[in-house]
Amino acid sequence: MSAAKDAPTPRWLAALPAAWLGIFFLIPFAIMLSVSVAHRVPGGFFEPGFELDSYRRFVSAFFGQILLTSILFSAAAAVICVALAFPFTVILARMGGRAQTVVLVMLLAVLSLSEVIIGFALSTLLSKTAGVGNLLTRLGILETSRAFTPSLFALLTGMCYLALPYAVLVLYPPVSRLDPELTEAARMMGATPLTAFRTVTVPLLRAPILGALILVFVFTLGIYLLPQVLGQPQHWTLSVHITDQAIFQSNLPFAAAMAVLLLLVSLAMVGLTLILGRGGKA
Amino acid sequence: MTELSLDGLTKRFGSLTAVDDVTLNIADGSFVCLLGPSGCGKTTLLRLLAGLEAPSAGRVLVAGRDITDTPTHRRDFGMVFQSLALFPHLTVWQNIAYPLRIRGRPRAECRARAGELLDLVQLPDVAERLIHQLSGGQRQRVAIARGLAIDPQVFLLDEPLSALDANLREHMQVELRQLQQRLGVTTVVVTHDQKEALTMADTVIVMNEGRVQQVGTPMQVYRDPANAFVAGFIGTSNLMDCTLNGDRSVEVSGLRVDLAPDDRVRADPGPAVLSVRPEDVRVGAADEGLPARVTFIRDLGESVQFVLERDGQTITALFAPGARPAAQLGDSVGVTFAPGGRVVLPA
Amino acid sequence: MTRGVQTAYVIVILALLAAPIVVVAGVSLNAQQSLRFPPPELSLRWYAALFSAEDWMVPLRNSLVIAASSAVLAVAVALPLALHVWARDTWVSRALYTLGVAPFMLPPVISALGFLVFWVSAGLYGQITATIVSHAVFLVTLPLVTISLGLAGIDRTLVEAARTMGATRGQILRTVILPLILPYMISGYAFAFVLSLNEYIIAYMVAGFTVETLPIKIFNSLRYGYTPIMGVVSVLFIALAVLIFGLIGKFGNLPRLLGAERMQD
Repeated sequence: MSAAKDAPTPRWLAALPAAWLGIFFLIPFAIMLSVSVAHRVPGGFFEPGFELDSYRRFVSAFFGQILLTSILFSAAAAVICVALAFPFTVILARMGGRAQTVVLVMLLAVLSLSEVIIGFALSTLLSKTAGVGNLLTRLGILETSRAFTPSLFALLTGMCYLALPYAVLVLYPPVSRLDPELTEAARMMGATPLTAFRTVTVPLLRAPILGALILVFVFTLGIYLLPQVLGQPQHWTLSVHITDQAIFQSNLPFAAAMAVLLLLVSLAMVGLTLILGRGGKA
Repeated sequence: MTELSLDGLTKRFGSLTAVDDVTLNIADGSFVCLLGPSGCGKTTLLRLLAGLEAPSAGRVLVAGRDITDTPTHRRDFGMVFQSLALFPHLTVWQNIAYPLRIRGRPRAECRARAGELLDLVQLPDVAERLIHQLSGGQRQRVAIARGLAIDPQVFLLDEPLSALDANLREHMQVELRQLQQRLGVTTVVVTHDQKEALTMADTVIVMNEGRVQQVGTPMQVYRDPANAFVAGFIGTSNLMDCTLNGDRSVEVSGLRVDLAPDDRVRADPGPAVLSVRPEDVRVGAADEGLPARVTFIRDLGESVQFVLERDGQTITALFAPGARPAAQLGDSVGVTFAPGGRVVLPA
Repeated sequence: MTRGVQTAYVIVILALLAAPIVVVAGVSLNAQQSLRFPPPELSLRWYAALFSAEDWMVPLRNSLVIAASSAVLAVAVALPLALHVWARDTWVSRALYTLGVAPFMLPPVISALGFLVFWVSAGLYGQITATIVSHAVFLVTLPLVTISLGLAGIDRTLVEAARTMGATRGQILRTVILPLILPYMISGYAFAFVLSLNEYIIAYMVAGFTVETLPIKIFNSLRYGYTPIMGVVSVLFIALAVLIFGLIGKFGNLPRLLGAERMQD
């Protein structure tokens, strides 16, 4: 008997998910690709065709600036988040089973929260009448309460807030699989906890840390509501502009072209993590 | 002098007491095996010595100095972990030199010392390799070399040989013992393998349920077990309920046995347990000793094993091939116990 | 000592994560129509107001219908896919798995735009069906990952043992595999449900003007000024997420579900 025949599931089982994902995931992407090279009819929709106008428009200084802004914000948020999340995850993974579960429930609850709610919550926290402003006034640091939003600071805080639980959950599997005896061995040989962290934990997890940086970067590229709630118009990221072009400017070809570029950047980054992951295993 | 003393050492995890009020002294330069079934607390005890767990009560002293609150990294101990815990991101020599680098020694000195240690464990040519390029036995030696790199005050090993196959394991037991004798470092090994403990140790500490059952030389714990647990755990013993009389005799199932001067009595008169090793069981004619029936005979090559049954109780006997009794399977026989091989233990 | 520093670090991070939520919860208790924190007067009137306001109840109903049905679809697609990948390791199965994980890994705005042009072409733009199917595709990753984890934990000799006892492929699936992965299917469903409930951009791009979900409703209301009722909705969302993940944590092994293998029970 052949191995395939021994497999616990019949071959046709793949047909349903294959058809489903083909129709509802691949075809939309194909349509989006074709729309990105379609001809825009001003004031209306678009007509089929092949032209690179939309891509050419993107190369203009204004939208180049937007791409750069998006990448800078995401990179900053990714670095901050992973720097905060990595020690957090290491400590978390050493906690008792029940404590770990409680923390994980909290992280999942925050992670699953809608960007809308997080935006609302943070803008309330940073507003004049509730939260930080009041607290600082009461402590005597500020003379009168003021709002901290909208601002670049508020936006970056929001992005980090959104991405921190994600960063922890991305780091959690490799960190918790690290044999605790390795750091114990370092301790036995005279390393302080900090030295053990620096000379054993970090070098061993270099690949997962890089992978997490990239995944968090891609994750924050997708943030589209916070710039509108917590930032000023010059802080709008590519995701915001894609929505704006598609819905309010009715320029679907241009929106599609931007989405395709964003897709390429993201795919390149995700591909990079896969290569890194493979390198880490060898 | 690096005498190691434990004083009332106790470790509780919630309602579970893993190590229960352990007090003992480990002499300078001795090789001690902590022996017991899994879950008896021996690994926890080792981790308490290492400072990897904080005791719930009690103290640990090295050469009379209290180190209970000294953090692990300032104890200057060496340790070999069950998983070996060799760093996969470092080469062999970097692994061995790790404790020296931590102490800020210059690179050249570290390199030289790593070379010495590799010679010591007879692995001169692997210094530049990565850990995953080594065989199991080689990894073992690297872990031992790393544990000895700083000339530790105390050398701790947690089931160090458990990953090796039987032949290599026996070889390493001898090697480890010779190495320890050469260096004279106070050594504590955790093992669940009694043969390993009896092969290597000066002193065997038998543990069960968090408590020390007996401390003694391998010969003492084998020949003169302190209680029924030790008798049953170290080697095989026939344990029989008996009554100890005031005149150094016992009654086993109505049979009176007078104890010889070199038979050991560790119980008070009254109900007790008689422990006899299989090699001290004698099988003779049906009318002398305890009546029993031969239910199983197994030829083990170097010895012959008889399984005897009486009143639903089995007794195992072991004979040298030349001394094999004439009895056959199913025969009724009489069982007696060799003088000097009888131990009366508390019930 | 260091243990104390570590605990303090974890607590500070968790406190920072909790701070906005605490403020929102406080704000929702304001007696007046203002966002004061701490609230000068406490009242539950906005909680009552939410359930009597038709303009909030419709989005609530929409959100629940979309979340419940898209999560069913997501599990229905993820299950055969995970089984196929588990049973055979071919380039087809690997490609399918990648395809199943991709929607969630990419910035959601890309998928959202893809869905938008797709539903426009299919003539279903603005229908609740479009939102449901789009969410199901977007969230298929979650049950796919949890079910695959469950399958990875099944000892293959169990399947072989069942076969030696005469079970057919279908019987093995029904009597051995499905019961073992049921908890993972349930958690996959729960993950997809909660995330669908909170999802904004896809729902907005696909049918934002006709099928209002709760996140869309909140965002629209933000433009007309803040009211404590948004705090109420936020509190309900957080409570629901904590409840669902808490249940998974209580009855399942959350650390293992999130990828920790070295976990003592």
